[in-house]
Amino acid sequence: MTDSKYFTTTKKGEIFELKAELNSDKKEKKKEAVKKVIASMTVGKDVSALFPDVVNCMQTDNLELKKLVYLYLMNYAKSQPDMAIMAVNTFVKDCEDPNPLIRALAVRTMGCIRVDKITEYLCEPLRKCLKDEDPYVRKTAAVCVAKLHDINAQLVEDQGFLDTLKDLISDSNPMVVANAVAALSEIAESHPNSNLLDLNPQTINKLLTALNECTEWGQIFILDCLANYMPRDDRESQSICERVTPRLSHANSAVVLSAVKVLMKFMEMLPKDLDYYGTLLKKLAPPLVTLLSAEPELQYVALRNINLIVQKRPEILKHEMKVFFVKYNDPIYVKLEKLDIMIRLASQANIAQVLAELKEYATEVDVDFVRKAVRAIGRCAIKVEQSAERCVSTLLDLIQTKVNYVVQEAIVVIKDIFRKYPNKYESVIATLCENLDSLDEPEARAAMIWIVGEYAERIDNADELLESFLEGFHDESTQVQLQLLTAIVKLFLKKPTETQELVQQVLSLATQDSDNPDLRDRGYIYWRLLSTDPVAAKEVVLAEKPLISEETDLIEPTLLEELICHIGTLASVYHKPPSAFVEGSRGVQHKKLTARAGSGESAESPDVGLSGPSEAPPAVIPSQGDLLGDLLNLDLAPPTATVPSVQPSMQMGAMDLLGGGLDSLMGDESDTLGGDIGGSPSMGGGLGVAPAAMPAALGGAPAVGGGLGDLFDLSGGVGMPTGSYVAPKTVWLPAMKAKGLEISGTFARRGGIIQMDLSLTNKAMSVMTDFAIQFNRNSFGLAPAGPLQVLTPLSPNQTIDVSLPLSTSGPVMKMEPLNNLQVAVKNNIDVFYFSCQYPISMIFVEDGKMERQVFLATWKDIPNDNEALFQIKDIHLNSDAASNKLQGSNIFTIAKRTVEGQDMLYLSVKLTNGIWVLAEMRIQTGNPNYTEMELSIKCRAPEVSPFVFQCYELVLKN
Amino acid sequence: MIHSLFLVNASGDIFLEKHWKSVVSRSVCDYFFEALERATEPENVPPVISTPHHYLINVLRHRIYFVAVIQSEVPPLFVIEFLHRVVDTFQDYFGVCTEAAIKDNVVVVYELLEEMLDNGFPLATESNILKELIKPPTILRTVVNTITGSTNVGEQLPTGQLSVVPWRRTGVKYTNNEAYFDVIEEIDAIIDKSGSTITAEIQGVIDACVKLTGMPDLTLSFMNPRLLDDVSFHPCVRFKRWEAERILSFIPPDGNFRLLSYHVSSQNLVAIPVYVKHNISFREGSSQGRFELTLGPKQTMGKAVESVLVSSQLPRGVLNANLNPSQGTYTFDPVTKLLSWDVGKINPQKLPSLKGSMSLQAGASKPDENPTINIQLKIQQLAISGLKVNRLDMYGEKYKPFKGIKYMTKAGKFQVRT
Repeated sequence: MTDSKYFTTTKKGEIFELKAELNSDKKEKKKEAVKKVIASMTVGKDVSALFPDVVNCMQTDNLELKKLVYLYLMNYAKSQPDMAIMAVNTFVKDCEDPNPLIRALAVRTMGCIRVDKITEYLCEPLRKCLKDEDPYVRKTAAVCVAKLHDINAQLVEDQGFLDTLKDLISDSNPMVVANAVAALSEIAESHPNSNLLDLNPQTINKLLTALNECTEWGQIFILDCLANYMPRDDRESQSICERVTPRLSHANSAVVLSAVKVLMKFMEMLPKDLDYYGTLLKKLAPPLVTLLSAEPELQYVALRNINLIVQKRPEILKHEMKVFFVKYNDPIYVKLEKLDIMIRLASQANIAQVLAELKEYATEVDVDFVRKAVRAIGRCAIKVEQSAERCVSTLLDLIQTKVNYVVQEAIVVIKDIFRKYPNKYESVIATLCENLDSLDEPEARAAMIWIVGEYAERIDNADELLESFLEGFHDESTQVQLQLLTAIVKLFLKKPTETQELVQQVLSLATQDSDNPDLRDRGYIYWRLLSTDPVAAKEVVLAEKPLISEETDLIEPTLLEELICHIGTLASVYHKPPSAFVEGSRGVQHKKLTARAGSGESAESPDVGLSGPSEAPPAVIPSQGDLLGDLLNLDLAPPTATVPSVQPSMQMGAMDLLGGGLDSLMGDESDTLGGDIGGSPSMGGGLGVAPAAMPAALGGAPAVGGGLGDLFDLSGGVGMPTGSYVAPKTVWLPAMKAKGLEISGTFARRGGIIQMDLSLTNKAMSVMTDFAIQFNRNSFGLAPAGPLQVLTPLSPNQTIDVSLPLSTSGPVMKMEPLNNLQVAVKNNIDVFYFSCQYPISMIFVEDGKMERQVFLATWKDIPNDNEALFQIKDIHLNSDAASNKLQGSNIFTIAKRTVEGQDMLYLSVKLTNGIWVLAEMRIQTGNPNYTEMELSIKCRAPEVSPFVFQCYELVLKN
Repeated sequence: MIHSLFLVNASGDIFLEKHWKSVVSRSVCDYFFEALERATEPENVPPVISTPHHYLINVLRHRIYFVAVIQSEVPPLFVIEFLHRVVDTFQDYFGVCTEAAIKDNVVVVYELLEEMLDNGFPLATESNILKELIKPPTILRTVVNTITGSTNVGEQLPTGQLSVVPWRRTGVKYTNNEAYFDVIEEIDAIIDKSGSTITAEIQGVIDACVKLTGMPDLTLSFMNPRLLDDVSFHPCVRFKRWEAERILSFIPPDGNFRLLSYHVSSQNLVAIPVYVKHNISFREGSSQGRFELTLGPKQTMGKAVESVLVSSQLPRGVLNANLNPSQGTYTFDPVTKLLSWDVGKINPQKLPSLKGSMSLQAGASKPDENPTINIQLKIQQLAISGLKVNRLDMYGEKYKPFKGIKYMTKAGKFQVRT
């Protein structure tokens, strides 16, 4: 007598037969028929044709039958909206039933029927149920609001359900509170800017009380909600932490991880010297370790999160290395994660143990795992200097096994070890050379070629070895080709006499027979260098390389901070910012760790290389990747606002220039250049080992093109902008940080509209498409007024200029500094983040001229404490000229007065958010050649004064 | 929240689907099947899979993949824990959690799933609440239902649903009042070639079977509670009392439940109950390999080591094994290369051994990998961490219950490298 009987079919046609049974007079037969229908539904069969017959069975006293019909309705109502109306009456009646179970069931099911017509009828019953005397009904109704919101958000807002839901946070029953929080969180997710969960100390207190009493699932909702709260001071942080800590002993791992999130976040606000801080650190380790003894799926999620925690606070788990040792029957996804964390925790104290383990893993069966283990040995060598020697000998042992993929991985990591410890382990080169023939992967071949080129003087037959690679030059991957080119040039510079033929061969292969622009460009550069000045060439190509960094694969600090705030979520599993998640339409809501004010915590923290948000440079400093481009700009006046757009004929341009004026430049700058040219090729595809020091191999050559283009344009003279002052474009996002996308830009205010002028340059190899832009909340609510207009795909080496109009109606959050703007740009490759600062004059509005009387009154009204004094020196302007110039940037002169040979100007400025900034400017007119101005600024919001002053200075000096 | 659930059997067929919001086409599972195809072993499917519009989170239990579909940001652990709860509930209801059992009870399964989640939010996951809402199928009830036409769906709101002790229903009555506690410890260890311990830790649980009338309030105290510094409790345990006095005080759920799980970390000294002497070797150029294995008791506090089972994944190059056990029986599967030896009880006077030769493929080179030996065992009446219950007291009720404590040590992931 099992349910499998419901799956049996007869010849006559199942639907036909079921229809007859559903309409039977016998109750029992009816029920059996509905069960058959449900059974068919569970396996994905379409039984929607039976809709009217099933709905007919709905009016019954039999609860089981009722539930079964409801189940059916939820699945099929959408496909038969008109029929679904037939059910409404029964629902409304059931919502009045004396049995709370039936009331709850009715409101619950009604919410699941995703038909517009039904939702209209749902409102009244729902309103009643939200105020029902029975908490079971209330908690069910709370969830129903979220359902309804999903179907028709406007309706929910119009009917005031959101307010009722907010009231439920103060409900006497903890389960109701938890469900209200869950529903609000879900609604808030689709409205990132709404202030739905307005957390204040009172609500927090209510949540903390409910936390102790509600179900495990409710605890998760409440903890996740708590994590969004920003405590006022460290005492409040501590008290929340104290009340959350018991959750670490919960049997449900999701509760534990959510509690860890709250603690990790609020801990940031505690003073480090506090005893409680140390206690808390100690309490965090055991629950994390316990998660690792759970089922593998849980372990995986836990490990991904531990990876973040270890980067943020390595001290928590530093003694727990052993729990990350790999068991041979762990699933592969657990093994790989454990390995990653082992390397992060490796230190001088435990390196011997770690190495012994890694060596063990390198003999396992799974290829991916073995490769990663070999690579891990190399990473240990680089991270823990004392262990380098042991690591090298372990790697040599592994090479002796002759297992093909082990040898290749070993060679790749040995190359990195050479980079880190030059002139120390070269004795192993002979062993490496023995394995030359077995290398078939580009990365390993490139690494080996790099080694041969770098140590050409110590390898007797280096020329023969390289020549053997050259035979199949065109069949190699770009990575290997580039490496081979550089290696042979190095060889030539070291042993010029014997290798002239070889170098000519490779240069002609690279420049004449190759279709790859990177390869050609690099070939030409070497060619020119060698033919014009071999001494300079030597300095360039054989220059000392910068050291590679110790820690690798670290998550960028700001992203790490954000991910710490999202522990336990999908974002933490994928190590990607939440904005990059599911259906990108949702607004970006960045969360940041807030460090304790003025504690200097980042400076003290032992995690070197991770600086707190306050220390992160506000603007992206062009890093070495752009060195070449910048270098060429450096000696010249800043480029004009309009960067020449495209250089499709880049290769030609570069050639001309090389013939002409580059010599002198090269002479001066070859040292720095060398670091770049010599360094970048030697790293091959930027193996991800030393990303900070190395530009991506691709970045190098096109940068020259761009830089040289600028040079050309400059000869046309630097145009002086008229009207409001527009700063020259600066690089906001260097190509190296954004997988080849370089963004430079500036801000302008034209005709009352703020515009963000951007130049997007594709320095990668592939075409970029699907550009989109988004801003984080900022001090003045700047937001894109339209989409980023990049309609055509951006081909490699192409630059596109776009003007993005901005509005000031976006969400507001005070930034530090005030004019900081965090921007996310997306393309088909990834999402990139950068921050830039806009001149505050962008938000000076056109109607900023105050009435004289009002000015006087306002000036007096603003307390003197708000007055700030500034001086501007070296200004060669009289008061009229200054006044005109300022007017161009919406700084208006209200009145002028001459007192004792000094001109006094009274000026006003209005910001987009309605703040007035008044100023009195004193201009020394005594000496026309040397003018000094004194500026006194008054504003009700004194924090904007310095920025306004900056604008005065900028405008007057340009 | 959780959008849909698909159940997939070992051969890759979807045999049940349930949607809590709108219907998601089962074609979304294609991404899962792709991952399944790529995985070398069934358990190697990554737990979180992203697709263009959804995320799939899956667990593998009893050879069934439970694939949950989510659309927005949901904590993955939340989903995984919920799926575990689904598995536990099925097992609780049907005795086993198999494809056949689920298909046989498909309507109950559907009713259960509907009761467990509402719009993706967990609704009732406690087994005692569920059992009041939907009665587990029993043969007797099925027969009665067919005759009388009554249902297996509860008509009243479960009492536990909103009480402060949601895990216990009111009005529980027994004629024999009894409370049994099992302290079960599993040792996870990695032992290296030379026999020294690389890492060893203990995962312990206290499982209870409490059948007591009314609303009893129990306290359980230990001889050496300081062993328990890393613990997870059933929600019924009063945390404050534990923090202050190291005493477990609780109103127990009715029936079987896990009171506590604990972890004794590798930083403590963990006793290793057995030692293994092994010699597994291959010679270059020979098609024969030697295999010798001897087991012996180590730190067992004088208790017998029973139900010993040794297994090892031999290298791929091994064609067959010809071995001779001093006791028990062994099998070697030439396809999976899995050697397993059912040893039984270890007699300290006559140590069990397994010796013989392995034949390799002719002409094949010496295998690179060293096989790892996996050991399972049981020791009755011993908690290897040394944990001991001091006393169990009952308040709040008048009667005198039967009380019992049992100890047991098992090997968890106990691995010896060779």
